[in-house]
Amino acid sequence: MSHPDVPALVVVVPLLTGLLTALALRGRWAWAAATLSSWLVLALVLDLALAVQHAPGGVVSYALGGWAPPVGIEYRVDRLNAFVLVVVAVMGAVVTPGARLGVEAAVPADRLHLFWGVWQLCQVGLLGITITGDAFNVYVLLEIGSLTTYTLVAMGKHRDRRALTAAFQYLVMGTVGASFLLVGIGYLLQVTGTLNMADMAARLLEPETARASGRTIRAAFSLIAAGVCLKMALFPAHTWLPGAYAHAPAPVSALLASTATKVGVYVAIRFLYGIFGRELSFERLPTGPLLLVCAAVAILAGSLLACRQRDLKRLLAWSSVAQIGYMALGVGLASKAGLAGALLHLLQHALVKGALFLAVGALVWRLGAARTDDLGGLGRRMPWTAGVLTLGMLGLVGVPGTAGFVSKWYLVTAALEQGLWPVAVVVLVGSLLAAAYALKVIEPLWAAPEDLPPPAGAAAWGGRESPFSSLVLPGLVLSALSLGLGLGLGGPAQGLALAAAEDLVPARGGP
Amino acid sequence: MEWLRLVPYWVYVALMMIGLYGAIARGNLVKKVIGLGLFQTGIFIFYISLAVVDGGTAPIAREGWEGPYTSPLPHVLILTAIVVSVSTMAVALALVIEVQRAYGTVEADELAALDAEGTEA
Amino acid sequence: MNAERRPLEEQVVVRKTAKLLIPFVVVFGVYMVTHGEIGPGGGFQGGVVIAAAYFLHALVHGLAEVQRVIPRRVTDALAALGVLLYAGVGVAALLRGGRFLEYAALGAPGDVVASRALGMTLVELGVGVTVAATMITIFNEVVDDGEH
Repeated sequence: MSHPDVPALVVVVPLLTGLLTALALRGRWAWAAATLSSWLVLALVLDLALAVQHAPGGVVSYALGGWAPPVGIEYRVDRLNAFVLVVVAVMGAVVTPGARLGVEAAVPADRLHLFWGVWQLCQVGLLGITITGDAFNVYVLLEIGSLTTYTLVAMGKHRDRRALTAAFQYLVMGTVGASFLLVGIGYLLQVTGTLNMADMAARLLEPETARASGRTIRAAFSLIAAGVCLKMALFPAHTWLPGAYAHAPAPVSALLASTATKVGVYVAIRFLYGIFGRELSFERLPTGPLLLVCAAVAILAGSLLACRQRDLKRLLAWSSVAQIGYMALGVGLASKAGLAGALLHLLQHALVKGALFLAVGALVWRLGAARTDDLGGLGRRMPWTAGVLTLGMLGLVGVPGTAGFVSKWYLVTAALEQGLWPVAVVVLVGSLLAAAYALKVIEPLWAAPEDLPPPAGAAAWGGRESPFSSLVLPGLVLSALSLGLGLGLGGPAQGLALAAAEDLVPARGGP
Repeated sequence: MEWLRLVPYWVYVALMMIGLYGAIARGNLVKKVIGLGLFQTGIFIFYISLAVVDGGTAPIAREGWEGPYTSPLPHVLILTAIVVSVSTMAVALALVIEVQRAYGTVEADELAALDAEGTEA
Repeated sequence: MNAERRPLEEQVVVRKTAKLLIPFVVVFGVYMVTHGEIGPGGGFQGGVVIAAAYFLHALVHGLAEVQRVIPRRVTDALAALGVLLYAGVGVAALLRGGRFLEYAALGAPGDVVASRALGMTLVELGVGVTVAATMITIFNEVVDDGEH
């Protein structure tokens, strides 16, 4: 049985180690502490996820400070956030060890302890948003996660000053988004008189509440939807994302692309399905069509723009805009299969984008840059890195055998179930466009002639593979996980995603 | 006098819109930060207005007074939000200083021009 | 004309007023931090008041002087230590068999009121230290125009 204090420890452990890292450790020790802490968090989260599976009702609740909910702040783990917690913790535990060399190249040695401290605080924010059952807590932790993210992105300034303007733009958009969320939560507080999300949902269901304050609820809904879209970078609120991911140090992009926007998607699902409820969000308000249109534009425009990029980090960033579109698509379908597809896509995209950004980080570390023009013949010189890149790109396309295929299969099935064949067409066209930009990367890696001149800025390179254990292995682990998911070995993850979707969208005839 | 009770809400919406306009439409990064500050201050006023209870006093227990008190919860929330806002301002200003050091300007259009040069090169 | 051009630290009235005020500002700030558990005040407000004393000192005597008295690394460390104190209270409650931040588990068993007072005072102290140190750091960061 799981220890009752585990939910608190998931957040407290990285908080304590992060502060101690910034306070007392230096250089490589700071990285070691961050790694150990991320592994400890992973162990705690896995323990928690198992506890949720066996808990009555599938919910583990923790009353902070001993104050019983709904008065006190509650940490509430059900199948949905258990799933997202596992994603965030896995990505933290794999990306942190793989981030050391890239970070040491990007951040001055006397600031490393601060970097790793902030890195852990960022995880505190992301884990906290996911685990908490209190709406105001979501706002505060969202801001902790965001503020640390802005600083992490700005750390790219030593290599590329554009990181600063990108971080500033991210800050303005992120703050506006979080503030909209704050106003929306204020409206909900006024209507329901509570901040506990489960309690809020129950009170919103009462018919007299809906009658007396229907307009306030709709205003709250719009404000929260706007805020969440900014945070998860859904088109047309995606403009901060490409710059931030392209100019941040590659390990930071790996962490953010695989966790930060995913947590944004989680917050969207939590508010749409968990608090406002499926009936209000999708049957009384036209959220579904709106989400589907935004998602379709995100998929098509994001993929098209990704095709036009020559810088690999920027290419991956635009592809992220498109991939978030797939998740929004699943959320907008408002069916069990659609939601399960969104959750699976969340998981698979976290794994794949994490691996891709780590591989790009390895290229940047070796070559000084990662442009599609410089990739010629790298398949022979850096076979492992090139292999991770190739597998990741295939995953983005959704080739059968990769996890991307599984999640897109769910999405297409869900769309056809409801007779929305244009949605299925969008998914297919998006995948074709993804194939176009994937080929732009894969083709030169393996098909270029043997004797290509080494790229500029790679004087000290010598045509060697990246250091295996510290740069290549984490990417390989993520690729292996993604392949495993694609080859049907991801039973537990798939089961958890389906169960979470079932909790949120009860089968017809249910309560 | 019913309209008087709604004044804080009008003020909140006006402040928020002015702030949002500043944060988005202004070209100077410092003015954007000021806009963000106004935007968030508007929200604080909204929350504080929520807390009002007719005839309520400050929520401090004292002898011989059984209530009503204004609701302390929004005050506590806003105290936290103010701290968040101050931290955001701090990070934003630190970024502006770094931008000034790296680019020599804090005007968004000049920064965009300088960034575009970097991409061409 | 000439008087207006003189730097702040040469102006007798400003200097003497600041010298008179700063101790009271600090004491009032500490009072607010420690009083927060039973009345208006608390770590946030008190911490800012304490930081204001630092700003006043810096305005009158210059940043270099005040940074000599309280170096940057001290405030950096204090900012982290304050949060650690906060989290430490939470962990202490965990270790004593309560929930995270359950103040009632802190003191002698049974004496819930005193335990809660103790917990809140410690937490407010942590918040106060962190807020004061952070405000000072922000001030230093924004005012200090030199290299970091």
